Amino acid sequence: MTPIEKTRTLLICQGTGCVSSKSPALRTALEEGTKQSGIRIKLTGCHGFCQQGPMVIVEPEGIFYAQVGIEDIPDIINSHLLNDIPVERLFYKDPITGERIPHYRDMPFYKLQQRFVLRNCGTINPEDIGDYLAVGGYEALKRVLFQMTPAQVIEDLNTSALRGRGGAGFLAGRKWEACRKAPGEEKYVVCNADEGDPGAFMDRSLLEADPHAVLEGMAIAGYTVGAKQGYIYVRAEYPLAVSRLKIAIEQAIEKGFLGDNILGKGFSFHVDIFQGAGAFVCGESTALTLSIEGKRGMPKPSPRPRTTEKGLFDQPTVLNNVKTFAFVPLIINRGADWFAKMGTEKSKGTAVFALTGKVANCGLIEVPMGATLREIIFGIGGGVAGGKKFKAVQIGGPSGGCLPESLLDTPVDYDSLNEAGAMMGSGGMVILDESTCMVDVAKYFLDFTVDESCGQCIPCRVGTEQMLKILGDICQGRGREGDIDLLVEMGEAIVAGSICGLGQSAPNPVLSTIRYFRDEYEAHIKEHRCPALVCKELITYQIDGEKCKACGLCKKDCPVGAISGAKKEPHIIDQSKCTKCGVCLEVCPDRFGAVICLSGVSK
Amino acid sequence: MGEDIGAILSSHKGKAAELIPLLQRVQGEFGYLPEAAMRRLAKFTRLPVSRVYAVASFYSQFRFAPTGRNQVMICQGTACHVLGAPRILEEVQKQLGIKAGETTPDLEYSVETVACIGCCALAPCITINQEVHGRLSSKDIAGIFSKKGTKGETDDAN
Repeated sequence: MTPIEKTRTLLICQGTGCVSSKSPALRTALEEGTKQSGIRIKLTGCHGFCQQGPMVIVEPEGIFYAQVGIEDIPDIINSHLLNDIPVERLFYKDPITGERIPHYRDMPFYKLQQRFVLRNCGTINPEDIGDYLAVGGYEALKRVLFQMTPAQVIEDLNTSALRGRGGAGFLAGRKWEACRKAPGEEKYVVCNADEGDPGAFMDRSLLEADPHAVLEGMAIAGYTVGAKQGYIYVRAEYPLAVSRLKIAIEQAIEKGFLGDNILGKGFSFHVDIFQGAGAFVCGESTALTLSIEGKRGMPKPSPRPRTTEKGLFDQPTVLNNVKTFAFVPLIINRGADWFAKMGTEKSKGTAVFALTGKVANCGLIEVPMGATLREIIFGIGGGVAGGKKFKAVQIGGPSGGCLPESLLDTPVDYDSLNEAGAMMGSGGMVILDESTCMVDVAKYFLDFTVDESCGQCIPCRVGTEQMLKILGDICQGRGREGDIDLLVEMGEAIVAGSICGLGQSAPNPVLSTIRYFRDEYEAHIKEHRCPALVCKELITYQIDGEKCKACGLCKKDCPVGAISGAKKEPHIIDQSKCTKCGVCLEVCPDRFGAVICLSGVSK
Repeated sequence: MGEDIGAILSSHKGKAAELIPLLQRVQGEFGYLPEAAMRRLAKFTRLPVSRVYAVASFYSQFRFAPTGRNQVMICQGTACHVLGAPRILEEVQKQLGIKAGETTPDLEYSVETVACIGCCALAPCITINQEVHGRLSSKDIAGIFSKKGTKGETDDAN
């Protein structure tokens, strides 16, 4: 037996996605199988392509094995590691061409990206600070402490024109400068990792895969504005991110990058983790700081002092998103001009999106600002999954909007997206196909905001609830003439009259779907049908008598006994009993295809 | 009950800003927030009981009644929603015979919905005691719960 090549390293993703696809068991099996070989098995954070997980990457070749099971381990060891023959059947299969691609650098999903803030995600071990140091980690902090004044750091940030990655896009340099100049005894640095937008998971992945980059950015912020204490406000729903952060903080203190008298320069900076308790509105800066203070997280009404002047515990506070902090060491190391060269005139650098929904390649991606939606969805994403037709892309979560096919050439940057009626938000990008009902999607988002409204201002608390009722009526076939105009009128009033960003953006999903998909609303209201076959009250299940072979499966599985029919006799659905659960369609064998779903209600 | 949280209190100073971490630790211990414990926290932090309750009731993480031994969370994120989360929720409710927000009478399972667990690339997904189950179809649900050792008679209604 030839000894396994010693220089090889196996990277096994241990992000939340791959862990849920059972990657820890893989790791154990691989460790067992290669025990005597001296081969390196390295756990890493998220590679961003969770859909293909659990994944194993063999370096230095860069062979990417997708959806690896325990049963595949002997093949990887015997064929690839012992005999240098990669296991072709485990290569990623391109959903468009059907071609098997061995190297990740050749896969369109990776090839078309430019990964900078995600550069370490999937390549370093997040639980080992040595890995981060080996790729130049904490060099930026050293440089800042030894060679730069706070004013120079701010100048660098201003030259880079880095805008906040939390969604609003405020210039980070200006924010830090305001905090630095604000008078105050104690100052604070707060990292907003309260990633509550459904459909977004980049902050979680970054914290899980490269926690030190965020800590380094925070320490630089502390030095720049004169803060000794930092907080990371992270969702309690992200247990793995919390545990990786704890390890990272401990190791950073041990190595002298956090704590008292950092690197002997007399600067002290401590970081504590604060776990959110499940309130979406706490993503808003004033609500978030109130929450850390142990209060109900209700945004403070305007006019109010800025957080940079009077934030946490009424002290000057810099509050930035996870990615914003992670960009800072990059800008210090590679130069502000390098960063400012990427992107558009007003949106510099790269943007991270969570590409999900009905797209062939789901995952976390990074592209230069200004890339078009089409390049992202059809290039990196490989288009719509399952050969269906593209309908819309939802960007920016509950605050964002749905953009139709005609706007696919819109560049993704803060301003262009706002203009189109969506927003950058936290970067969730959910692809919707022809089987998605736009009224249902609008209702879904409004349902979310109604739940999450803190309740202190009337437009948001009462207004969104009324809009939700109208949408509910429309989906149930009780829509009335004039409902659409009423929704627009109410939506605009809520945007104008709410205290905080949650209320001001809550109507966006409704307003944008009306703007671009008004015909779907009209089909629901005027014709009592749901063209996408989603709204239960507006569809009908029928059995095609010609195709039905009387196998009896649907009759057996119908939970309400609505299907009747004898042996060798086509079955019939009793429409008065049918609850439109869709079980009959699901169980009818594909070779018969006798159960059909129709738009509209049968009389 | 009161003395049980003594160990938790001992590592805190009693500052008002510690309220949320304290509530989280108490819930971690008991699975919910017993009234006696909340009263004790109020004294400890020198806050009115009403303020403790006001904070606890604001955040969706906190519960005021005991929950099942197994926590089932059904993700309602956008990606999950468009890929069939409503059907998954229906099926879980059918299998366990309870609605979201409820606990089975034998205290085996509690079911809750959650806005997003951030596993969108594996949609639709649920978590059981923090373990994620992804790429589900409603047909998978019965299998998941029968493996966990529930009484399987619930689904044989007819």
